[in-house]
Amino acid sequence: MLPLEHVIGLSAILFVIGMIGVATRRNLIVVLMSIELMLNAVNLAFVGFNRLWPGTAEAPALDGQIFVLMVITVAAAEVAVGLGIVISLFRNRDSVDLEEVSLLKW
Amino acid sequence: MTVPVVLFYAFAVLAVVSALGMVLNVRNTVASAMNLVVTMIALAGIYLLLEAYLVAVVQIMVYAGAIVVLFLFVVMLLNLRHDTFAPGRQWLVKAGALLLSLVVLSELLRLFSGGLPAPQAVLAPAGFGGYRQVGIALYTDYVLLVEMASLLLLAAIVGALILAKRRID
Repeated sequence: MLPLEHVIGLSAILFVIGMIGVATRRNLIVVLMSIELMLNAVNLAFVGFNRLWPGTAEAPALDGQIFVLMVITVAAAEVAVGLGIVISLFRNRDSVDLEEVSLLKW
Repeated sequence: MTVPVVLFYAFAVLAVVSALGMVLNVRNTVASAMNLVVTMIALAGIYLLLEAYLVAVVQIMVYAGAIVVLFLFVVMLLNLRHDTFAPGRQWLVKAGALLLSLVVLSELLRLFSGGLPAPQAVLAPAGFGGYRQVGIALYTDYVLLVEMASLLLLAAIVGALILAKRRID
């Protein structure tokens, strides 16, 4: 069996890498990709914990994996809408630079 | 060390290196998307080692197959092969982001430094994580969740169409 502590540690490292991307990058598309990376890190933690408590043969506990499938569904919806926003933003501003999207910033 | 453990560390290093390559690549958005594919595939390998077989397949199909292709479509549609942003973002922001991420990482790692609680069963039951068991769970206990997911996807399709359409008549 894999060292579950290291699986969770890998999940934490990937989450933080995604966080750095969201905080520092200016390209809106790369920011969306970093959000995907953070969602994937959480998925890894879900799968790891589900493997830690797999249930029994009569009643397998698959809640973590169901959660992961739902997160993947939501991520797909989020990317579709997010990229739609990127396209309409590019049409209006001719750029995907986040610094130029500051209308609601005080 | 057994073969799965060695494979796990190989996949972990691959995932971290390609994730760093995605975030730190400031010139080429297409290369960032390709690095994201490598991360997704490495994570799918780890899912296989954790006996989440259906999730691994869905990960490859949906993430590496659909989501990243969507990213690539948009990058090429907008002709963004090289982003030409002016350099000189405030160093304060970058230092703050680095500090914040270091704090979050140390907190996350500290949460599990005491070790995880003892598992119920070290060996997974037969058929664990296969399409049969996950399908039975999805369509009995979680059937409402599946319906909600279908509604969400419908709303996302309509929303993306309306957002990306040039003129709404």
